[in-house]
Amino acid sequence: MKSSSNNSAIKLCFFAVAMFGFGYALVPLYDVLCDITGLNGKSENVTQQQQASFEVDESRTITVEFITSLNQGMSWDFEAATAKMQVHPGKPYQASFFVKNKTSRSIVGQAIPSVAPFSAANHFIKTECFCFNNQILEAGQSLEMPVVFVINPALPDHVKTVTLSYTYFDVSNTVSKSLNNIDNT
Amino acid sequence: MSTVASEEHHDEHHPSGMMRWITTTNHKDIGTLYLWFSFIMFFIGGFMALIIRTELFQPGMQFVDPQFFNSMTTMHAIIMIFGVVMPAFTGLANWLIPLMIGGTDMALPRMNNWSFWILPFAFAMMLSTLFMDGGGPAGGWTLYPPLSLQTGDALPFVIFSIHFMGMSSIMGAINVVATILNMRAPGMTLMKMPLFVWTWLITAYLLIAVMPVLAGGVTMLLTDKFFGTSFFNAAGGGDPVLFQHIFWFFGHPEVYILILPSFGVISSIIPTFARKPLFGYSSMVYATASIAFLSFIVWAHHMFTVGMPLAGELFFMFATMLIAVPTGVKVFNWICTMWRGAMTFETPMLFSIAFIILFTIGGFSGLMLAITPADFQYHDTYFVVAHFHYVLVPGSIFAIIAAVYYWLPKWTGHMYNEFWGKTHFWLSTIFVNVTFFPMHFVGLAGMPRRIPDYALQFSDYNQIATIGAFGFGFSQLIFLGLVIATIRGGAKATDRVWDGAHGLEWTLSSPPPYHSFTTPPNVEDEWNWFTREHYETVKTRS
Repeated sequence: MKSSSNNSAIKLCFFAVAMFGFGYALVPLYDVLCDITGLNGKSENVTQQQQASFEVDESRTITVEFITSLNQGMSWDFEAATAKMQVHPGKPYQASFFVKNKTSRSIVGQAIPSVAPFSAANHFIKTECFCFNNQILEAGQSLEMPVVFVINPALPDHVKTVTLSYTYFDVSNTVSKSLNNIDNT
Repeated sequence: MSTVASEEHHDEHHPSGMMRWITTTNHKDIGTLYLWFSFIMFFIGGFMALIIRTELFQPGMQFVDPQFFNSMTTMHAIIMIFGVVMPAFTGLANWLIPLMIGGTDMALPRMNNWSFWILPFAFAMMLSTLFMDGGGPAGGWTLYPPLSLQTGDALPFVIFSIHFMGMSSIMGAINVVATILNMRAPGMTLMKMPLFVWTWLITAYLLIAVMPVLAGGVTMLLTDKFFGTSFFNAAGGGDPVLFQHIFWFFGHPEVYILILPSFGVISSIIPTFARKPLFGYSSMVYATASIAFLSFIVWAHHMFTVGMPLAGELFFMFATMLIAVPTGVKVFNWICTMWRGAMTFETPMLFSIAFIILFTIGGFSGLMLAITPADFQYHDTYFVVAHFHYVLVPGSIFAIIAAVYYWLPKWTGHMYNEFWGKTHFWLSTIFVNVTFFPMHFVGLAGMPRRIPDYALQFSDYNQIATIGAFGFGFSQLIFLGLVIATIRGGAKATDRVWDGAHGLEWTLSSPPPYHSFTTPPNVEDEWNWFTREHYETVKTRS
């Protein structure tokens, strides 16, 4: 009876450890699910060559709106050059954004994009974006940054307006360590 | 009881005084420790609830600052869930499962000792965070980032104490499963096990499946805060919503962990005082198993408002509503058990009947919350607070109180005082409704939860709720006094205690010997005794 009890206990311990692993497995699973469904508005980032094959659909006009926001009281100015533009699916367009560091120290910012509605997220393709890298702005420095995007003509018919939203995060603390390493070498 | 008499010489072999309790591996001692621990934490968590209700007696800021208020709501939840309901159920499991299945002890007695003694340290650490820089955790027991990551020095201590609580309950659960699978007396087949044993078996599997997921989730919080990972940090490519998915993947099965053993308790008590066997025993087992299964696929109903695709919201809405079916089966079976039974209304029965009625009210408000479009209105309001307090207080807590009244004569060998038991029941039942029923109204009217101040129009109902909370809190002192008095003395309890009671625990003396069932009991005898008794009752009435 003792050994069969120990047997059950060992099996159940393995089960518990496996479930701890499952908790971590939920992280990539969630990303895959978001990719498939476009949940969270995580849009696709691809290079120039891949999107060359789209046919321009002049008969359709989509309104693209731009929203900018700053996370947790970050002291930058951040705005889009135009609030909205009219675009045809399949044709590449460029939009501009301005940032200015209003503080007296240098700050590293990282912009995180999000696309609404979710059903448009997988069809909104950015070929060039300041969100691919982070930006280091010295005190008082300002910057104009381009985004080049194209809308996949496969965008569902009911979508007339796509909203692209950027949020800037202050990542000075997390990247300063790696910057120090670069300075030293 | 000749077998019992021959066992008594075993009693001399355990150490006395403090060391008896620290080194004990006896399931009865450990059960007692768990129950007392839970009882003490119940008063600590209840005290925090009274601080919350005192502040909410009037609109405006009166007694505590908002940060402390928020840490009170957070700590109240963590203590009541992990420190009261879960240890109380584990205590009942320790005391009762070996007695019910005719086993000698729990299967893994040393681990049993360890899993209990982790708890006081875990909660000492949790409570100590209230005195740290930045105060205790104040972002809600759900620990959603990024808010929870703004906790001061307390954060790593909170996370480590959750790890310890998790380890303790996983070890407790492993012990329960190992005991049920390996320690049953000959003839005790799975489908002859009392429902308390069945519900605990299923609960134990739920615990082993989801507590490690919570441990993983809070570990990710820890590494996000201190080691630069970005699981939930949007700037680094993570997503705060992911935490909510991980948390509720644990959190929803957790709510069934908090209620399934109560179903087992109620299924033991109702047949005794209705003097009829449980109606639909096997459907009860299957209903419990289906609830457990469904609990894994409904978690996102806690987060309808985060922005999910319509298909997801519909799936989680319908899956959630489906849970009402097996739960309805259970309520139906309890009522059918009472139907035409020769009922008497001793304190455990009163608490059980109140459980059925009030838990069902909580279940119905849960169904309202399951309706996605309606949930957008109810989300994070006092309606939610009313809902989960109805399923947890007159649900889980009443079932635990009923279990204590029902088995206390068996544990101590003394009858409790029925007058004070009934007084405790009526005060508790009246005040629990005075406290939580008005919360439905303020919730529907739009009062948000977790706030120390509120708009003037909510004042009346909040005052009523506060009066109810103090009434309920102080009524529990009667319970404390009654338990102590029963341990110290009182009328001698018979072995059977209740004339309609059946099950192996009632074949032992009251109190049972320190080491019980050293020779296997006769399962068939008890089974036949019960069915024969039942047919005689039916015959005399027809």
